Amino acid sequence: MKLVTAIIKPFKLDDVKEALRGLGVQGMTVSEVQGFGRQRGHTEVYRGAEYTVDFVPKVRVEVLLDDSEARRVVDAIVTAARTDKIGDGKVWILPVDDIIRIRTGEAGHDAL
Amino acid sequence: MEIDSGNTAWVLVSAALVLFMTPGLAFFYGGMVRSKNVLNMLMQNFFCMGLVSVLWAAFVFSLAFGDGGGWIGNFDFAGLKDVGNAETVLPGYVDDFAMTIPAILFMAYQMMFAIITPALISGAVAERMRFAAWAVFVAAWLVLVYAPVAHWVFSPTGWLFEEGALDFAGGTVVHINAGIAALALVLVLGKRRGWPGEAMPPHSLPLTLLGTGILWFGWFGFNAGSALGANNLAAQALVNTHLAAAAAMLGWLIVEKIKGGHATTLGAASGAVAGLVAITPCAGFVGGMSPIIIGFVAGVLCFLAIQLKTRFGYDDSLDVVGVHLVGGIVGSLLLAFFADTAVNSLGADGIFAGGGTGLLGKQLLAVGATLVWSFVITFVLAKVIDATIGLRAKPDEESEGLDVSQHAEAGYSFGEFGTMGRVGK
Repeated sequence: MKLVTAIIKPFKLDDVKEALRGLGVQGMTVSEVQGFGRQRGHTEVYRGAEYTVDFVPKVRVEVLLDDSEARRVVDAIVTAARTDKIGDGKVWILPVDDIIRIRTGEAGHDAL
Repeated sequence: MEIDSGNTAWVLVSAALVLFMTPGLAFFYGGMVRSKNVLNMLMQNFFCMGLVSVLWAAFVFSLAFGDGGGWIGNFDFAGLKDVGNAETVLPGYVDDFAMTIPAILFMAYQMMFAIITPALISGAVAERMRFAAWAVFVAAWLVLVYAPVAHWVFSPTGWLFEEGALDFAGGTVVHINAGIAALALVLVLGKRRGWPGEAMPPHSLPLTLLGTGILWFGWFGFNAGSALGANNLAAQALVNTHLAAAAAMLGWLIVEKIKGGHATTLGAASGAVAGLVAITPCAGFVGGMSPIIIGFVAGVLCFLAIQLKTRFGYDDSLDVVGVHLVGGIVGSLLLAFFADTAVNSLGADGIFAGGGTGLLGKQLLAVGATLVWSFVITFVLAKVIDATIGLRAKPDEESEGLDVSQHAEAGYSFGEFGTMGRVGK
């Protein structure tokens, strides 16, 4: 089992969600995060003083998947989130030891 | 006529009340945009308080109320020449229309109307217009559209005033004028990226309700102040204003509940504003239960009108067309039914008061003339600005949000994270 985590531009969330739904993905978790990679932040001006804000708002999408699905899902995220401009984000895959559904106590693949 | 101290006191207060409507409008609109655009929305409104005031004093008041004939004023009062003189009588304000307040107070009172009218348009172009383009637009629109229409309708020397069209406090000059201009401007500006497929929900309805309360409060100065005196007519206008807002809120909520299943806070706010808009032309010409009927009808019709934008595909972000244009037309035309000379002898009798359809023809003429002039000039103006400096923020600026891209500020900075570093020393 895998955990796929993607950091994407906020306005691409809808496209990514629809792409994953199209692949039959059952659920996902999203959070608003801030960070930076190669993309620069922006500057803000208050009372004549200029400040740099390094952290740029992003959305983190997390999906738990069966091993066989992970690559397809990653490809779909990359296609949906791409704008070809700096700051499009990253996707990574981590192995998962076990998954437990809280309501029933089911574990492993049954909990997916 | 002598200056009356009581009348002067009431119009002084009314001028301050009308000014307060613009920050109210800023919050009404500001709550409805996404959080990344809240400062730009507030700024589009606040900026009018700066720019319009200076232009108005410099020469636009003179263009609107100077003695230039039926179509436009002149430059007699440019630079406020003679306006501060207690002996000055503004053109046409004689006999029945003689003022008992100083000319400079009338100038200041009308300045506050000139500030809020272009500010109303900002709700339609929210979340995508360059700030520089907005600044140029407001200045040019004030001179080319607001000044002539205010002259036609408000000045006793204006051609629509002389035709006998009635507009107590600005149904045509303010609301129809701004509403149709909003439509022309968004047709040139285009839709927000992602509209209508992507949800763009209000980021703070509490701000919107706060703004609505300020607008409602300030509107007493707008309508009751237009009596230009502390008298029975002012009191009638105040009561009419209040009852219309109340009934319109109920009208909007009833239809909303029937069609959507919920009475929403945004519906209550929008309904109240629709009623305030519709009663504006009528406030000093109707009485009894008429404001309740006018408000209720406006609440229902404006609710139905805001559905038009998705049907026709124009992105009027915060429903300036649906509320101000439609509400203004509803009020201006219903006035032809409900006007009563028993309320105001300088008004006219509408259809229900036995006055026949004469007034309806005059109201249709005033509405039509405002629609045509404002739409055509605004459309051309928008095209010219678009071709020269560009109306629209760049796609990246729009997705980043106008607060950072246009003003280099953030509306809300929460927490320690993402702390800023000072550039230089």
